[in-house]
Amino acid sequence: MSHSELDARRLLCPLPVIRAEQRIAGLAPGDTLDILCTDPGARYDIPAWCRMHGHEIVATAQDENGELRVTVRVGAAS
Amino acid sequence: MLAVRLLLDQGIHVEALNFFTGFCVEGHTHAIRKRAGDRPKRNNALWAAEQLGIKLHIIDVIDDYKDVVINPKHGYGAHLNPCLDCKGFMVGKAREWMEINGFDFIVTGEVIGQRPMSQRRDTLPVVARESGAFDRLLRPLCAKLLPETLPEREGWVDREKLLGLNGRNRKPQIALAERYGFSDYAQPAGGCCFLTDPNYTSRLSDLWARRGDKRYELDDIMLLKVGRHLRPRPHFKLIIGREQGENNFLSGYRREFTHLIAASHEGPLVLIDGTAGGDDLILAARLTARFSQGRDCARVTVTVTDKTGASRQLDVTPLPNDQIRPDWYL
Repeated sequence: MSHSELDARRLLCPLPVIRAEQRIAGLAPGDTLDILCTDPGARYDIPAWCRMHGHEIVATAQDENGELRVTVRVGAAS
Repeated sequence: MLAVRLLLDQGIHVEALNFFTGFCVEGHTHAIRKRAGDRPKRNNALWAAEQLGIKLHIIDVIDDYKDVVINPKHGYGAHLNPCLDCKGFMVGKAREWMEINGFDFIVTGEVIGQRPMSQRRDTLPVVARESGAFDRLLRPLCAKLLPETLPEREGWVDREKLLGLNGRNRKPQIALAERYGFSDYAQPAGGCCFLTDPNYTSRLSDLWARRGDKRYELDDIMLLKVGRHLRPRPHFKLIIGREQGENNFLSGYRREFTHLIAASHEGPLVLIDGTAGGDDLILAARLTARFSQGRDCARVTVTVTDKTGASRQLDVTPLPNDQIRPDWYL
């Protein structure tokens, strides 16, 4: 199982979702990916996209500057 | 949503595609501004797909789309909207995706007569032809008014259960949405593309005129969405944040532009796009002061920072409102 990070800061939605979909396409089930975002819409859009594609949100954290870190575990049914 | 729902009702597996051109209105202005707004800043396509229980693929077409905007074969609409070329392009991209991913046909929510350029009886076949989709393109909302398509002929789709809507009136769609329990959906009549917006396209025209040719990068077209744009001199313009969200967004570009901000008062972040010399910087500083909380003060201190990060301060008198020419506003 691998763990990697995607820097989607400064990108406005839907670009964080697009970049996440592109990155996850190259990952294996069970791998985890941290997605860093600054667009507040990513808080809703990334989980929504993960739900429909069978990926799991493992954790979501936001720092004092509003920067969001969403940890996704890649599902089998991508 | 309705077109997909009609097919889901027939037990057909549907996955949705949403193409991101860079000119999409949805999400961006909300994401940049009104951070404390009361509505969640969701992506409408994602939200709709979730309501329908289908997968959505959001596809980056920013680079490929440039040729559609710059050289539309069928021309522009009222502004810089190349609607017919755009439709053909997107259906063509959908066809490519269909072929790669082993799907059989394409569905759109088009209705005859709903849009003046891209959804007329004579232009719907243009979309089917130029996209290369031909009779694999099904429009379930108006299918009964169109020739049979491959999925209908093959019996994959029951034509009798499709609709025969036409015209600009959205009442039948709204009634159908109610029947399906869709109470919250995106605005139906346009407004989803900045290329139909007169203010935005005026800025884009200005960008092309100053560059001497029609080209753009993603950052260019994103910045056109943000702030006030004033061109006080032909060789530079100012991008002035209108509120904190825009200032935050513009601050992401500080290393790429000379920028100004009032030091003695609260005020916007201002980017200089172009080349500004000594007198130009004074004018930019006076405009920065004008849009700050010190607008009525005798002097305002403005910090100017160039692309290397070197800063200096200018004490200036805010430019009086009557000296800001209306034609400076883009």
